[in-house]
Amino acid sequence: MRSPRQEALAGARDIVPLIVGAIPFGIIFGTLAEGSGLSFGATVGMSAFVFAGSSQFIALGLLAAGSTLPLIVLTTVVVNLRHMLYAASLLPYVQGASQRWKAVIGFFLTDEAFAIAIRRYLQPDPSPHKHWYYLGAAVAMYGNWVLCTWLGLTVGQLIPNAAAWGLDFAMVATFIGMIVPYATTQPVVGAIIVAGIVAVLANGLPHKLGLMVAAIAGVVAGFTLETQLAPRPKAKG
Amino acid sequence: MNDWLLVASMALVTFLIRYSLLAFSGRIQLSPKLVQALGYVPPVVLTAIVVPAVVFPDGETLWLGWQNARLVGAIASVILALWRKNLLLTIAGGMAAFWGWQWLVS
Repeated sequence: MRSPRQEALAGARDIVPLIVGAIPFGIIFGTLAEGSGLSFGATVGMSAFVFAGSSQFIALGLLAAGSTLPLIVLTTVVVNLRHMLYAASLLPYVQGASQRWKAVIGFFLTDEAFAIAIRRYLQPDPSPHKHWYYLGAAVAMYGNWVLCTWLGLTVGQLIPNAAAWGLDFAMVATFIGMIVPYATTQPVVGAIIVAGIVAVLANGLPHKLGLMVAAIAGVVAGFTLETQLAPRPKAKG
Repeated sequence: MNDWLLVASMALVTFLIRYSLLAFSGRIQLSPKLVQALGYVPPVVLTAIVVPAVVFPDGETLWLGWQNARLVGAIASVILALWRKNLLLTIAGGMAAFWGWQWLVS
């Protein structure tokens, strides 16, 4: 069985492709922030205390447009609501953990931390140290996010067109690589297809609501298919 | 508006969203059906994130043409993932396909 330290290092290592994908966004956030009216300190603070990329960018847009604080906060709630779905998904695995662990896990709960950690929690080995895997992954992601924000603030103007590098595609490639192993039964495949279609149809919805709608549709589809059919593993090719 | 007040407010609501269910996890009764349904969340959420990122590269316009390097890279990633089931290979190969196609098409 791996020690906590080994788990943490494994988590940090496994999340590297997602860190790569996040680098341009962190830098761009830092670059845009002061133009939107945020002070240097508050910009770093937003990355350090909110740690939620999409809501951070949307907040910048709303700030620049002169929105009130309550509206920005409400929008933040809507945009980050999907994290509650992740928390629900983690419930079976954190029920035995201390409140301190739960607070730590909660604080760092982003799309990427969830995506990486849930794979570890799903592995059948009975290790009590899986939370350390999550922590290693999440802290690595966090450190990178805050660092890139700072980089964007300080030298962002010097970095030409970070978005055009396409580093953010690393997230797409990583997520695809993680989705495929789940697709072993017809209900899961159906859930994935439904989620994909609904995500496209709902893309116009504001504040990442399309993501939530697609996720719920996919979960309902998968669950419905599973109860309608006897689960059969797809033939292995 | 005080920008630190904004940061603190956003941080508070975000933390509450993430932590509330976990905080009460000891008292929440998870029915087997609920656990079963929640099992679909990981692949479904990943799909809901990935598909729009690929077919709406600018966030708004649907682009299914063969010149969409993200689409080509995504297809390459799927094929690699099905063929080898090695995550690192999928990522490296997918990125290579994406960058290569982007360069070819530009």
